[in-house]
Amino acid sequence: MILLLVAAGAAVGAPARFLTDLVVAHYAGRFLPWGTLVVNVFGSGLAVFLAVAVTDADWTALLVTGFCGALTTYSTLSYETLLLVENGRWRHALWNVAANLAGGLAAGLLGFALAHLLTA
Amino acid sequence: MPDTSQPPHREPERRPPLRHALRSASVPALAAVAVGGAIGALARYGLTVAFPASPGTFPLATFTANTLGGLLIGVLMITVTEVAPGLGRIRPFVGVGILGGFTTFSTYILDIGRAANAGATALAVVYAFATMAAALLAAALGMFATRRLLVRRRA
Repeated sequence: MILLLVAAGAAVGAPARFLTDLVVAHYAGRFLPWGTLVVNVFGSGLAVFLAVAVTDADWTALLVTGFCGALTTYSTLSYETLLLVENGRWRHALWNVAANLAGGLAAGLLGFALAHLLTA
Repeated sequence: MPDTSQPPHREPERRPPLRHALRSASVPALAAVAVGGAIGALARYGLTVAFPASPGTFPLATFTANTLGGLLIGVLMITVTEVAPGLGRIRPFVGVGILGGFTTFSTYILDIGRAANAGATALAVVYAFATMAAALLAAALGMFATRRLLVRRRA
């Protein structure tokens, strides 16, 4: 059952990441990898919110492990950062790593606070 | 002095409609990403069963997924861009789907938050930077090794 829920959540989360990247790149261009930043920051905030607000193991498997886990990505973040390095754009590579980490943590704090406000 | 270096009027920047950008998101491509994502997420879940997380200890499962996923994306991307460009069609399934579903940024942030929340601040900081360094090094190694082993030198 848990396996099915993880797979189902990921089967929605991964295409959602794919589409978000295309839409964000359409408006923001591909000079910097904004699409991955958007899914990682949003997905981190949502995951922390849900991890606090939802206590049921099945819902957690579907939404946190499956959906948020597949909506966000570390492999693309690593590859896109190395592409910037290969092009000699060290500052942009550093910015990319820092923006994902700081943005993800900030969104996580926001999700944490929101979940506590709503479930208090 | 007026600035005459600029042309008198600029063509307004014209962006093609969004549906053009979404052309690569065909139904087969979306299905491949969905199936790949499910496979990758199940493999990641398997790691959390093999290396169960306990509060205050290093989150080995997520660290392994993100590092191994980095190595494999490096191998994949050099393969589909430099070794065999004809294999580019496997990228949605393998890269966006399997490796995207296998690796995760949200669980990484959750792990950092859980460690910090449990009072293990040093662990949170070490884990955050160790994952970042290991994933980037693994991806660089994957790219380097694939180029070294598979890209034919052009005479």
